Amino acid sequence: MKLAIKRIAFLVIILGIWQLVFSAGVFEDIVFPSPVKVSTALYEGFVDGDFMKALGASFRHLFMGLSLAILFGTIIGVLLGKSKQADETAGMYLIALQSIPSIVWVPLAIMLFGFSEFAVVFVVVLGGTFVMALNVRTAIHSVPPQLVRAARTMGTNGIPLFFRVEIPSSIPYFMTGIRLAWAFSWRALMAGELLSNGPGLGYSLRYAQDYARMDQVIAIIIIIGVIGAVVDQIVFSRLERNVRKRWGLAKS
Amino acid sequence: MFLKMEEVGKTFNDKQKESFEVFSGIDLDISENQFVSLLGPSGCGKSTLLSMVAGLEEVTSGSIKLEGNPIKKAGPDRGMVFQQPSLFPWLNVKENVLFPLKGQWSKKESEERADRFLQMVHLSRFKQSYTHELSGGMQQRVAIARALAMDPKVLLMDEPFGALDEQTRHILHEELMKIWQETQKTILFVTHSIQEAIKLSDRVIVMGTRPGRIIADFYIDIPRPRKRDDEKVIEMERKVMDLLEGEINKVLKEELSHEVSH
Repeated sequence: MKLAIKRIAFLVIILGIWQLVFSAGVFEDIVFPSPVKVSTALYEGFVDGDFMKALGASFRHLFMGLSLAILFGTIIGVLLGKSKQADETAGMYLIALQSIPSIVWVPLAIMLFGFSEFAVVFVVVLGGTFVMALNVRTAIHSVPPQLVRAARTMGTNGIPLFFRVEIPSSIPYFMTGIRLAWAFSWRALMAGELLSNGPGLGYSLRYAQDYARMDQVIAIIIIIGVIGAVVDQIVFSRLERNVRKRWGLAKS
Repeated sequence: MFLKMEEVGKTFNDKQKESFEVFSGIDLDISENQFVSLLGPSGCGKSTLLSMVAGLEEVTSGSIKLEGNPIKKAGPDRGMVFQQPSLFPWLNVKENVLFPLKGQWSKKESEERADRFLQMVHLSRFKQSYTHELSGGMQQRVAIARALAMDPKVLLMDEPFGALDEQTRHILHEELMKIWQETQKTILFVTHSIQEAIKLSDRVIVMGTRPGRIIADFYIDIPRPRKRDDEKVIEMERKVMDLLEGEINKVLKEELSHEVSH
């Protein structure tokens, strides 16, 4: 409870400073709207349904892109994790690909698929796939050899060994992969949408910029930040924590 | 013979280094229901030999036969208990014991067997617990129940109590004796503790090192339960100690000279 009060107090102070700077008239109103104006923009955006529509579109892109990223990432990761040959050959390039910021893929996507929603999904897929693949590879490599030996003495080999020991053993790392894939995909989504022809939150952001609506710009940035934090904390981090606890990797 | 090793040898082939011979020409016959300890200093290959019986390591030369059938790979006819309990953390205690029974026994039989062996190791109350909620000694008991539940012909134990504290080890010794008498399993037990070997075994195989080989084969004819201060036990311990001292010194000397030359 005390923590919540501290956090709310901090927010109030920030808003207070914001209002003070605004009242002092240091910057022009058009580049520095008041907290009230931003709140109004937030409220109106939701009442009009504009933000909800944009949010719906963004989540649709994210859902499609992230699902494909998890699927492709898992396939690549299992391949590299299981085959030493494949890992030695292609593993290095995977790290290189993973280090490319997803916004870099946007021009490529636009040239390939035009200003379409598919181009956005394409960028999201690229944003999440490589980090997922890297984590799945680590997951497969981190299966304790001792557990594999124990399973073999119980007559478990080959495909049953993979499904009954290697997969369950790697679930915690797999969950980390999903959380990171979500984080990367969410950033890629915004990059892709910003340069797309909509709909989507990123597109709304650029639209507001084109019409010099700083209040809307800030409002949308707040929405993006809040969604990112909430989804990470409530869904993915919690899921990961629970799995680690259940697997005995974290102290309860 | 029940378990027969003939001229067994093991050589590790390292790509970078030259090949390393752990031991060669090991001959050993073990009869059914016997409790046999493999005792020796580190590096004598006792654990490697046990892994070869388990089928986890390949036999380089010679043969190991269980009831006349050469051992080629790991299988449920040889249950193994490792120094680390090696339980599956995503399964609870009972599910761990059920793991090797899946597909081998009917569901009802599996349940009954799991319950029976968990009762044997006094863990019935903890069936639903996850393994990381248990102490080291309890985890090792689950591992023993899991190995026994699949009804192996031989129970292989690789320093199973090596990582436990003295008190727990003592309790588990008693329990293992009871289990052995109840199940009449053949047990092959690897240890570096002379006391442990003499306390538990019908027979102690003493191994030496560089090269690994069998240097003595003692039949321990002392009535159970064996007390630590029993004169016969003490005498036996001294006998084995004298034998091993030379071997241990050899290892120490070699390690020291290794240190000096580097």
